Amino acid sequence: MSKALRDVRQVGSTTVAVPAGEVDLQQSPGLYREMMAVCKGKPSKLIIDLREVSYMDSSGVSTLVEVFRMVNGYGGSLILLAPTDRVRSMFEIAKLDQFFTIFEDEQEAMKA
Amino acid sequence: MALPKCVEMRVLSDPANLRVVREAVRRSAGEVGFSEADTEQIALAVDEALANVIKHGYDQQYDQPIDIRIEPVAESGRSGLGLFIRDFGATVDPETICGRDLADVRPGGLGVHIITSVMDEVRYESAEGGGTRLSMVKWRGHE
Repeated sequence: MSKALRDVRQVGSTTVAVPAGEVDLQQSPGLYREMMAVCKGKPSKLIIDLREVSYMDSSGVSTLVEVFRMVNGYGGSLILLAPTDRVRSMFEIAKLDQFFTIFEDEQEAMKA
Repeated sequence: MALPKCVEMRVLSDPANLRVVREAVRRSAGEVGFSEADTEQIALAVDEALANVIKHGYDQQYDQPIDIRIEPVAESGRSGLGLFIRDFGATVDPETICGRDLADVRPGGLGVHIITSVMDEVRYESAEGGGTRLSMVKWRGHE
């Protein structure tokens, strides 16, 4: 079991990664490494389920931007699922809430 | 009800300590009467300031001192929370500290933007004897 990612699962052609806890300067390097490992498989659609992330600072946001660049670079798509209010607030301050594709509903994210 | 107290602490520049400081900030902000949303933003601003000290002031050395003071403040009939962070690392010219253009979406460089967006007053100063002193204030009811 990885530390930064609580779960990584395959649902059809979609890969779902589930980070958890407080993603700050201590945790984000581990999340970055684990997300890069997920991206090595070049999933055509990657959903990062943020429901269990209780806090995120700019180092966590930077990790998500890196993942976006990686996925976008090989022609895949990245969806962020249901960020908590704290995390969404962080996206808004960084003006990234319009940059990322965000879904609140898992089924809708799967169908997208 | 007891008046909110000033909290002073010295922590090492280890990212593992960020969580501890955030909790102290949340508690003080709550005691001063900030909403949960404002409390979270204040904790985020402090987190970003400390992360910048660790990354830039101390070049990722994790055993260096950082002094923090969390102090309820009042002025002209308004109240708020003052946060003061002093490091002893590389002295940075306060004039060169600025956030980056957010239109350029890339990793890194968001910390100063977040701090200045969240806090009402932000001042960087070169500290006597080296290092940098950051003073921040958030006033209640001020968006």
